[in-house]
Amino acid sequence: MDIAILVNFSLLTLMMLVVVVLIRLKSLLGVALTNGIYSLLSAGLFVTMDAVDVAFTEAAVGAGITTVLLLGTIAVTGMEQTVSRHGKFLPLVVIFITGAALIYGTLDMPPFGDPKAPIHTHVAPHYLTESTNEIGIPNVVTSVLASYRGYDTLGEVIVIFTAAIGVLLLLGKTVGKRNK
Amino acid sequence: MFTVTFIAILIVMFFLLIRVALGPTVFDRILAVNTFGTAIVLLIALFGFLVDRPDFLDIALLYALTNFISTIAVLKLFRYKRLGKAADR
Repeated sequence: MDIAILVNFSLLTLMMLVVVVLIRLKSLLGVALTNGIYSLLSAGLFVTMDAVDVAFTEAAVGAGITTVLLLGTIAVTGMEQTVSRHGKFLPLVVIFITGAALIYGTLDMPPFGDPKAPIHTHVAPHYLTESTNEIGIPNVVTSVLASYRGYDTLGEVIVIFTAAIGVLLLLGKTVGKRNK
Repeated sequence: MFTVTFIAILIVMFFLLIRVALGPTVFDRILAVNTFGTAIVLLIALFGFLVDRPDFLDIALLYALTNFISTIAVLKLFRYKRLGKAADR
């Protein structure tokens, strides 16, 4: 338990340092790469919280695909950051207000891993004990995703399908024209 | 023993971060970021042993695989000046 706190603390400190580096860097290529480090660190944090699937999504999407997308954008736009003209005071105020609101939102949350938290007492026991009788799928996660939240999953699939069609329509057309 | 290794990896990460921040050329940064990914892989593997769950090794291996994606993308960007296709040389 003690060592987990130490790991969490050091990972969060490193993430803070990475953000400072991100702000100071002027080379956009360096920023894209450092962004990957931030994603990897937060993936490590998720691993220590036992959310291995979330951590792997973060590592694959945050550190892998996002870096590639940022690099693709940099290849089109340019390598250096332009100097911003507006003052520094307003962004600081906005950041402090947003941060205070977020911290205020966490105040009445149950502590991490609390077995009496609402998420563990609401429908989770019912899923764990009854899903074999009600659905008949041995894996509880699969029965939650495919049956209890079936409409939700269907909606997600429709959203991803629409996004894929949109991207293909936008990208596929220009490539086709270039080839001619 | 594991704790000492953990602290050593943290110090390595700190120095790598300095190299990313200062690194005069982009290639220093690419190298530092790639090594940072390796350090994260080591950290996750080590965390598995710290909390007595060595099956975290599999996860660490998967991370080692995805760690190459961004490095390959950067190097391709430098070689061909764009990412879209293999391009004419």
